Amino acid sequence: MVIRHEWIEKNAILMLVLVLVVISVGGIVEIVPLFTIETTVEHVQGVRPYSPLELKGRDIYVREGCYLCHSQQIRALKDEVERYGHYSLAAESMYDHPFQWGSKRIGPDLARVGGKYSNDWHYAHLMNPQALVPESLMPHYAFLAATPLDYEYVADNMRTLRTLGVPYTDEEIVKAKDDLEAQAKPDADTADLLKRYAKAVSVPGNGRQPTELDALVAYLQVLGTMVNFADTTTEQLQQ
Amino acid sequence: MSDLAFATAAVPARLPVEYNEAIVKKFLIASVFWGIVAFLVGIYLATELCWPSFNLGLSFLNFGRLRPVHTSAGIFAFGGNALFATSLYVVQRTCRTRLFGGDALADFLFWGYNFFIVMAALSYVLGYSRSQEYSEPEWHITLFLVLVWVLYAVVFIGTLLLREEPHIYVANWFYLAFILTVAVLVLGNNAELPVSVFSAKSYVVYSGVQNALVQWWYGHNAVGFFLTAGFLGMMYYFIPKQANRPIYSYRLSIVHFWSLIFLYIWAGPHHLHWTSLPDWTQTLGMAFSIMLWMPSWGGMINGLMTLSGAWDKLRTDPALRFSVTAVGFYGMSTFEGPMMSIRDVNALSHYTDWTIGHVHSGVLGWVAFISFGAFYYLVPALWKRSGIYSSRLIAWHYWIATLGIVFYISSMWVAGIMQGLMWRAYDQFGFLQYSFAESVVAVHPYYVIRLLGGLLFLIGALIMVYNLIMTVRSPSTARQEATLPSGVAVAGG
Repeated sequence: MVIRHEWIEKNAILMLVLVLVVISVGGIVEIVPLFTIETTVEHVQGVRPYSPLELKGRDIYVREGCYLCHSQQIRALKDEVERYGHYSLAAESMYDHPFQWGSKRIGPDLARVGGKYSNDWHYAHLMNPQALVPESLMPHYAFLAATPLDYEYVADNMRTLRTLGVPYTDEEIVKAKDDLEAQAKPDADTADLLKRYAKAVSVPGNGRQPTELDALVAYLQVLGTMVNFADTTTEQLQQ
Repeated sequence: MSDLAFATAAVPARLPVEYNEAIVKKFLIASVFWGIVAFLVGIYLATELCWPSFNLGLSFLNFGRLRPVHTSAGIFAFGGNALFATSLYVVQRTCRTRLFGGDALADFLFWGYNFFIVMAALSYVLGYSRSQEYSEPEWHITLFLVLVWVLYAVVFIGTLLLREEPHIYVANWFYLAFILTVAVLVLGNNAELPVSVFSAKSYVVYSGVQNALVQWWYGHNAVGFFLTAGFLGMMYYFIPKQANRPIYSYRLSIVHFWSLIFLYIWAGPHHLHWTSLPDWTQTLGMAFSIMLWMPSWGGMINGLMTLSGAWDKLRTDPALRFSVTAVGFYGMSTFEGPMMSIRDVNALSHYTDWTIGHVHSGVLGWVAFISFGAFYYLVPALWKRSGIYSSRLIAWHYWIATLGIVFYISSMWVAGIMQGLMWRAYDQFGFLQYSFAESVVAVHPYYVIRLLGGLLFLIGALIMVYNLIMTVRSPSTARQEATLPSGVAVAGG
């Protein structure tokens, strides 16, 4: 049987249906297996949901469009691994809604920036990047220090993420505000916080109320630190 | 054949159709306006990258908040309004029928779409963004866009169904694929859960690696369908009109249409080479991206060869020069793209300004130039003027804008390749040779050249705005005809 294009050209609905079929194939073949193939996300230990303060910090990172200049994805290339650290794993962003891998490096990659600099460095740098790195093209983020963090409903954010598959426990959601305040206060008791969120970095804050800058620094300080690569076997990294 | 003969024979018996041209005028004016906005914001961002003190310490002027304003204004406001204008013009003409749904619905499309753009731009500068590239608006704004877009599809498809021509013209295939696919992409990529109905904040349902691929399935096909298929529709109508020649090959348009829309959708993973995306997906994305070169050049050949026997018009018609150069840039970008999607080339080019240059050779060279060509054709046609106010000014626009693009893309090639090489350079002791900051300093001169290129492009566009305004203000041919005895007008027509 000869298929004549004339049939399609004379029938708008047929053309509509065929277009939809033709454009669906590629997406289905490439995307669906990522949800079904079990090894897509590596089986490594240590990746946990963000603490309430880190989560608020991440929301600020997303809001400000930081990803437009900073990638969070160290590619499996020799020079990148030497410059930034172990190449990024899929597991390390499995709780990231949305992912922030980025596509352009106007500034350096941040996938493993956590722990690389002190809290003080981050505060000073975000307030005035050129004061520490004269060559930097980064805008100033001093306004974050002047903005009190709005965390009244942080538990709602965590609940929404739990619906989407981030494994926050009931306890973590109930204690959300306590944990947030504990991480942003100088001499707070962080034992409970660290039990729930290992490796969470406490930030000094201004002693009065947590600011948006505190949250952002807490987020930056946890980036790339969750997986302990010394204890990780090659089998666990198989994808 | 018999259908065609019937259609031709039936023409004299028909009453002339009253097309809705008012809506085309509105979208065209909006497109020109937003084009200038996009270029201005782009120039401001380029200035910030040359001298960061231009961020002024103000949150709403920071690069991170302003950059989506530039991309949305360029792609969705300038490009989108141009696509609305031309698709609604072309579909009426080639279907020989007035728009389906009435004038009020068409007006809603105009006000609704532009309201969406204003809301999106305001939301970015005020600090609301999903931070998914080219898909930044939060959920409530996207929801409104979906409503507008569904109605756009209804108007366009409704008009196709009302057509008085037996065949659907090839330009409309491309417009149809663009409208449908963009709907699918927006719905797929914006699957998200608001924190509450009173909150502007939402979280996308996908996370990490799956989110990455869904995003680039969307992102690359925003290029493939918004910036390519839609504008190919423009090419298929306006180049034959301007050159007064039929499309070079009917068969080629069929082959390249179906292969283009089939292959494009696979190309997304080339944005994620060497990342945590599994290798098999990267390889598929690379293979299909390279295959995509062929249907892309099929379109280029069909556009360029339409000028067979009419190449001399390029000397006398500067507006046609825009359309033809656009197809040339399309050919160049669609060669460069597949090349950059090869994993080993991408290892160098990814994360660098080479990508920025590539995008702009496509958006300035192809999208903007084919739109400018269409504007120069449409304004006299819509406002019933004998022609554009000044051909010399079109030529000035053409050369200044072309020079601007050359400055832009060549500076970004040099900057991008230099960044890529500096990041991977080792010294004689086996250490990384350069710090990141050194690569930032090294690209500064090229950022200044890029800024100059952007300025030239804006100056060209402002010349166009002046030329189009003067065209509209020139005497109408419709009025001239009315003053003549009817017999003369008929003989003249």
